[in-house]
Amino acid sequence: MTVQQLVLGFVPLLDCAPLVVALEKGFGAAEGLDLELARENSWANIRDRVIVGHFHAAHMLGPMPVASSLGIGHVKIPMIAPMALGLGGNAITVSTALWADLKVAGARSGGSPAQQGAALKQVVQERCRRGLLPLTLAMVYPFSCHNYELRYWLAACGIDPDREVQLVVLPPPFMVDALRAGQIDGFCAGEPWNSLAVDQLAGCILTSTEAIWHHSPEKVLGMRAHWADAHPAETSALVRALRAAAHWCDRPENHAELAEVLAQPHYVGESADVLLRGITGRMVLEAGRETHPVPDFLTYADYNANFPRPRHALWFYQQMLRWGQLSASPSAAAVARSVYRPDLYRASLDGTPFSLSTDAERALESMDGGDNGGDADAVRGFFDQASR
Amino acid sequence: MPDALRILVVDQNAERAAILEDGLREAGYRNVVVVREVTHLLRRIVSIDPDVIFIDLEDPNRDVLEQMFQVSRSVPRPVAMFVDQSDTATIEEAINAGVATYIVDGLRKERIKPILDTTISRFNAYQKLRNELDEARQALEDRKLIERAKGALMSHQGMSEAQAYALLRQRAMNDHRRLADVARAIIAAAATATAPAAPAASAPAATAPAASATTATTKRTT
Repeated sequence: MTVQQLVLGFVPLLDCAPLVVALEKGFGAAEGLDLELARENSWANIRDRVIVGHFHAAHMLGPMPVASSLGIGHVKIPMIAPMALGLGGNAITVSTALWADLKVAGARSGGSPAQQGAALKQVVQERCRRGLLPLTLAMVYPFSCHNYELRYWLAACGIDPDREVQLVVLPPPFMVDALRAGQIDGFCAGEPWNSLAVDQLAGCILTSTEAIWHHSPEKVLGMRAHWADAHPAETSALVRALRAAAHWCDRPENHAELAEVLAQPHYVGESADVLLRGITGRMVLEAGRETHPVPDFLTYADYNANFPRPRHALWFYQQMLRWGQLSASPSAAAVARSVYRPDLYRASLDGTPFSLSTDAERALESMDGGDNGGDADAVRGFFDQASR
Repeated sequence: MPDALRILVVDQNAERAAILEDGLREAGYRNVVVVREVTHLLRRIVSIDPDVIFIDLEDPNRDVLEQMFQVSRSVPRPVAMFVDQSDTATIEEAINAGVATYIVDGLRKERIKPILDTTISRFNAYQKLRNELDEARQALEDRKLIERAKGALMSHQGMSEAQAYALLRQRAMNDHRRLADVARAIIAAAATATAPAAPAASAPAATAPAASATTATTKRTT
């Protein structure tokens, strides 16, 4: 097999790890791929560079290939996600000033999303009564899990994300400074940005998104559908390499080495100690406090994390409708659902140690709702689901 | 013939923004506004109400801008990048030049094309200028390093200037490295060799041949 050169774009976040590890630990080379990684500082650049072919594939926010295939935010370019790069990994951090108010209103360190949300609701109402400006909360991109998770949690706690707070987009590297300067009161972002806010005494971690939605979707491997069609062998090889790399990332004995690799300035940067918190789920929620274990804070490969679940794509589509990014249409739902490609994932892994057992696969597919074509209501694991 | 299109340039690089603004004005576009400070960007966008927006591709605020287009009902919604879906060549050119473009939906292609072309050529011109400046700076820096390395070899090893230069060149050729990199390693090695009160363990290194000291230093710095 001749060596194929592939350029992959990534944004410096903990969940770019499978791409980095595929290169650094030779999983790409083992599949005959000569990988080159390119670091980007905006999601818009990732999308555009994939579209013009600078990148063959990229580390993408799950909703991005869906938005691109539907043509919202820019023109329509069909994209696919032949695998997911993990589950969870985000958190909501608030400024130290807001944290003080929330504690008075009943929040506590490590409290449940419902408890923290009830306190936030009180603070929001109190500010309204006193005629203060609404709180400003930041997230990373309009078509991001962060946006939808934050909105889901706010709405479930009785806070209107469009009227009672102000949601803005802010690039992650600016979050900590903006929090300290009081330009924002909180944010939802991936690691290491929450831990950095804690260490720099700018904020406290209010909740992980894992607590809001157990095993929630996050990044995917995204590429143009056209490219994948024209390069089936490369697409499969890349899925196999990243699947093996993700497995490596999830083994506890590799965590320290993973943190060291990602700490290099051309990858995520930041100190290995800080990166290790998100990797191991041993979070420091408040500066100077003991670590708080968040099991499955970020999952790279276990629980079939890399299986691209069409119901996740469908859930994103429903959030796009719910929050007015898109108008409903039956064909749009079908387009959204078809962006995630379990068929490609399955075929790529056939005959490898990561091949899906038929039982596991059937369980995953049955959750997609069977005959009704995948109902996002079948999505489970939300913190408020018992009450729905 | 002045064109009434309103053009907004978001660029934190004042020099490049000026070059672009001049270019657009020369081409007859009178309504060009440059914004360097991104705070209160939405308010600026609402008041300027641009037809076209350019932003540096490396600016992470691109994501901020895209969100504004999503949520704001107060400005017509601009669309990222594409003049039309078939015109990927122009877009690729723009990305290669390092500029992202947003255009209010429905604006005709023939009105946008000349603006985009001007912008691309100005961004490229700026980059060329920048590269030339960097190269000149680099050349000056290299020459200084080589002079210092020659000086070190002459005073520590008693070489003539010609011998010192020959040794630098020989090592650069053998190791397939730039002359300036070899010079930097030699300067560092010379500094180590003459550093006072080094820890006991490094004492033998001080008397070791320059070549091995050089190698050790390079490994650490590369």
